[in-house]
Order: sequence, then C-alpha cells, then structure tokens
Amino acid sequence: MAAIGLDKTFVLPREKVHTFKERALHPLRRTVTDELRALRDVSFAVEHGEFFGIVGRNGSGKSTLLKCLAGIYGVDNGAIYVNGRVSTFIELGVGFNMELAARDNATLNAIMLGLTRSEAEERYERILEFSGLHEFEDLKLKNYSSGMLVRLAFSVMIQVDADILLIDEVLAVGDASFQQKCFDEFDRLRDERRTVLFVTHDMPAVQRFCDRALLLERGEVVAVDAAETVAARYFDLNFNKPGTAPASEIAETRRRGDGSGEILEAWIENDRGERTEGVAQGNPCTLSVRIRFHDDVRDPHFGVTLIDGEHHLVFAASSVWDEQPTGQFSPSELVTLRVTFDNWLAPGRYYAAVSVARHRSGQDVVDYRDKIASFVVSGTRPGGGLVDLPHDLAIERARPRPSMAAGELG
Amino acid sequence: MSTRYVAVPVGVKPIRGPSALGGDLRRFWTLTWTLALLEFRLKFFGSVLGYLWQLMRPLLLFGVLYVVFSEFVDLGAGVEHYPAVLLMGIVIHTFWAEATGSAVPSVLNRENLVRKIQFPRMVIPLSVVMTTFLNFCLNFVAVLVFFVIQGVEVRWSWLQLLPLVALLCALSTGVAMIVSALYVRYRDVEPIWDVALPVSFYGTPILYPIESVPSESVQRLLMCNPLAVIVQQVRHALIDPTAPSAAEAIGGAARLLLPLALVLVICALGYWTFNRSAPRIAEEL
Repeated sequence: MAAIGLDKTFVLPREKVHTFKERALHPLRRTVTDELRALRDVSFAVEHGEFFGIVGRNGSGKSTLLKCLAGIYGVDNGAIYVNGRVSTFIELGVGFNMELAARDNATLNAIMLGLTRSEAEERYERILEFSGLHEFEDLKLKNYSSGMLVRLAFSVMIQVDADILLIDEVLAVGDASFQQKCFDEFDRLRDERRTVLFVTHDMPAVQRFCDRALLLERGEVVAVDAAETVAARYFDLNFNKPGTAPASEIAETRRRGDGSGEILEAWIENDRGERTEGVAQGNPCTLSVRIRFHDDVRDPHFGVTLIDGEHHLVFAASSVWDEQPTGQFSPSELVTLRVTFDNWLAPGRYYAAVSVARHRSGQDVVDYRDKIASFVVSGTRPGGGLVDLPHDLAIERARPRPSMAAGELG
Repeated sequence: MSTRYVAVPVGVKPIRGPSALGGDLRRFWTLTWTLALLEFRLKFFGSVLGYLWQLMRPLLLFGVLYVVFSEFVDLGAGVEHYPAVLLMGIVIHTFWAEATGSAVPSVLNRENLVRKIQFPRMVIPLSVVMTTFLNFCLNFVAVLVFFVIQGVEVRWSWLQLLPLVALLCALSTGVAMIVSALYVRYRDVEPIWDVALPVSFYGTPILYPIESVPSESVQRLLMCNPLAVIVQQVRHALIDPTAPSAAEAIGGAARLLLPLALVLVICALGYWTFNRSAPRIAEEL
C-alpha cells in the first residue's frame, strides 16, 4: 500500500468542544460535572508535502487537537478531511509488550499503526536494519535499555510509510545521538516531501523543520503562519502575557535592614521602556528599582545581583565600584535605581536581588530584598553556558587555503 | 478567529471519530486476531509450566467437585459417564466465565492502545473472547482424551457441538461487550461480575443432572438459561444420548426459542451499549 498521498486538506471549522465529565462511580449519584473546552473553532489546512508544526503551551489543546486528527477523540462539531493514510505517533512503540522479543513487537507495533500482518512481516528486516539492533533481535523487550526501545519504536514508525504522519513530541526522549538520529529522519521526511504534523514546544525544532506552524492558546488558534513568525509569537505568549508568569513563584526568602529605607519594588523593562517579565536575548533591558528612604542617609550604596534558576550568581552591579559618593537622601525621598545592560544571558528564568547599604562594607544594611523580581530570557537557541556572549566563530585552516570564516552565530 | 474557507477535494469525506467497528473490516480482523493471539501466547509462554496451568484450572476444579459430589454426596448416581458430563460442563462454563470475566477490565487494560492510536474499539472485547476460544479449543482436546478413557462413543451427533459452541461464543461476546463498556464508567461491574459468575455456575446443570431437579417447572425455568441449553444439549449429543435433550428438558422444541431469543437480545444489547460508548471511551478512561 504505497498510495502516496495526493492532496491533503484538513478542515476543522466551527466549534469543537470537549466535555470531560467526571462521572460518579455510583450510577445513582450525580456529581458535579466539569466542562473543559479544549478546542474552540479550530480551522486550518495542511497541504500535501508540508511539514506543519502545532505549538502551544501546556494545556493549550495541542495534544487534544492531534488526538482528534488521529481519530482517537471524536469532535463535537466540525469535520476533519483527510486524504491518504494517517499514522499517529503519540507515543513511540504503541502496543509493545515487554515479554516478547523484538520481532514480535516490531510486527505488533506496525500492525497497530495500520499495516496488515503480511506487510508488517515484510518490512521487519528494514525495521531491524534501521534500528541497528540485529544482535538483540531475540532479546525480550524487558531486557532492552530505554534507548534501544526508542530506537526500535522509531524504526517501526519510519518504516510504516504512512501518507500523513502525526507526531507528538517523540523527540523529548532519547539521548543526544538518538535525537540527532530523529532529526536526521525528520530531515529525510522533509526531503521526501511527506506530510507531517508535528506537535511540540521545542521551538528550535519547529524553526528547523516546519514550513508552517499553528499556535494554539486555550484551545483557540492564535496564528497559522511561517514557522519563524509562530515561534516568535510563542515566546511572546509564553513570557509576556500579563498575569501568566506566576508571581507567586518569587518567594522572597530573606529580608533584612535597619528600616531607614525601604526597597518598594523592582521590575524589568524592555528596550521600549515597557515593564515585562520576558526579554528576548540580545536586546538591551533595564532592571529598575524603586526605593523610599525613611531617615537621613548619606552616601548609601546600591547594588543589584541576578541569579539564575540554579542559584548561580550571573551578574552583579553596584555603586560601590563607582567611587563616587551617591549623595544625601532625606526622609520620604523616592529614588529609582536603573541598571541597563545588554541582555546576553542564556535563556531561562532569573531572579533579581537588591540591596541598599550605608557603608561600602555592606554591613549596615538599609534594606535587602532577595528575589524581588523575576524575568525570563527567551532565545531560540539553547545556550550551554551562563551567558551567550555575542561572538564570531571562525575556522582557520593551517595551510591549504586562506582562512575562511564560518557563519556568525551571535 | 473567523472560519476560513478551505478547499476540500471532491469525494473526500470527513473522517469519523473513534467508533466500535470502524470502516475497514480487514483491519478490524487483523487487529482482533493479533491481539487475541498475543494474549494467548503470553499465557502460553508466560510462566514455566505455561499452558499446563491453563489446563490445570478446569481439571483441578473438576477433581475437587468430582470427589465431593460423587464420593461424599452422590449427585452423579444414575448418570451415565458422570465424570465426562461434569468435566465437559466445567470446560464450557470456564469458557463463559473467562471470556466475560476477563472482558470486564479489558478496555481499561488496553488503555495504552485506546488512548494512543485509532482503531475500532470493538476489537478489544472480541479479542478477549477469541483468546478464550483458543484456550477452550485446547481444553477440549483434553476433554476428548478423557472421553476416550471413559469410553464415550464417537457419534455423528458430535457435529452438533459446532453450532452449540457458536451459540456459546455469541452469548459470551454479547455479555463481554456489555460488561467491558459499562466497566469504563462503573467500576462496580467487577465485584458484581465476581458474584454473578458462581451464580451462573450453580444455575446451570453441570454438577447435577437437570432431571434430578425435583419440580418440572423449575427444570424448565432453569433451561431458559442459554448456558443450560448449551450444556444440556452437549451432554445429550456428545456423551449420553439417553439423557434428555435441551428440547425435552425445557418441554418442547418451540420453547427453545426463548433462550435463543435471549442470546439474540443480549448480543443486540451488547452491540448497542458498546457502540454507544465507543466514541468516548478514550476520554473516559
């Protein structure tokens, strides 16, 4: 059955509502029913040969959407049109049984994914070859390492040869070399112009593979656009939405001071001067602190530090190093401290601590607040280090040819 | 977002959501057979003695019941080939009990499939019945050996076994569909079924011959149970032609229509129940 898809169109117009009802175990008792609208009026079309991403935050309905497309969930309204055979990979190795050897499991899995028995047996050699598990062919699956399991499962998936592949975050598993293998397979699928719908929140993968992507938020389509655009919208949505970055996450642990002054609040501003909780990597941003003095304080020192999620101190700025007296502050005077920096921090969450002290030793603390503000740095590339310094990377060969610069990676 | 207009090629139909049977009959049977065989093989090779245990269960039950009811209490007095009758009855009831009993949690046990891939949901209870059927076939071989030892005569009437087993399968499948669909929502089904199965054992003339039931009207009432019809007719056709046939025991062939209708109703009800809950099973698990 190599009926390669001709033209595929998915249409999901109008309402799609899911009601997950918690039903009482007892048939005579009625309990409270909860309704969750997982998808609302989702419509989009995927052309034949397109690599299409479905992205969204946790709980945005993307997996539900995939399950509807796969025919696992029914839709309440609307219709899905499919032209060609669909294979779903919500999980690798559906139907795997730990008690059986690789051969049985591979054919079993292939049958589950839509092949007939003879087709499955026919392709077994190719599956085994792809997985590179020849020597473990007769080993029971329970004795496989998790990496081997994944390899076998992935091999089956690739060899099933469906017209349309629905893939749900399978890349989240496996070691680096396996991920690379997956990526290679994705490249192959792309080159073969296979139709793939890919659910993920791995933006680099979306940008790398997808032609277009759909962004879901609370069950609604926010955008259907080129992968780059959608990735940008995703970061926007993730880190800039008011009220979504949980303020409760910032648990102030220590506060000390003699009460002669008070740090009121601190926040991050982007380069346009707007308060934000998410800043894009590479842009200038400002940490602002509002301080009110209650007493006469002469030449206090102001300092801020940034720590990352793993408690590394990644940045510190202080007026101590300026050697300039900061001046005289009188009771009820309001001060705003601003620290502006080019944000080359690695993607992740950061916490700011602020201190005001009377002397440079930092002993007579006017006020000190730990984790007073928090913000998220978003970048499209996972950085390995604490910071992603702007840089050039050049490879210079010793002799044969004049040196060649290989692309900038800033 | 407003509804966009998207071109749909002519002739492409919207996909149906999850359903009981699905559109593709071939895939349906492939899946049912694959799952049934898998389960059977796992039972077979799962433990050291494998199949022996499958066989031991009805045999041990038979041994205990035989000793108790023919040595201590002489229920089998005057019954031709009582041990054969008893063993055959136990094997038939084991089929029924295993098929329905393991169907109860079957959908839940296959959760990883139900929630991960699209396939006709009816595959699950059917594959359970099929696994049990394979088991039954092997058990029946043991029964045949026993028949030879007991000196039961081979007769043409043995062919009646085929429609009778078909009836047994239909009954078990119907009930399997009902209980497996209900169990998804109501976990009470399991304890209820645990109680119901012994009741069905004693409500069927296995231990005792039907003619030993004192009142004729009670006899006929008992014979309304489709299982009783099957067990009684098997006894008549396979083991002892002098024993009353199912038609004689119920008091006329026309009355047999009642248990037969019951099987039909159970099958229809099972299909209806399962079909109705199939689209939402994945969500309700």
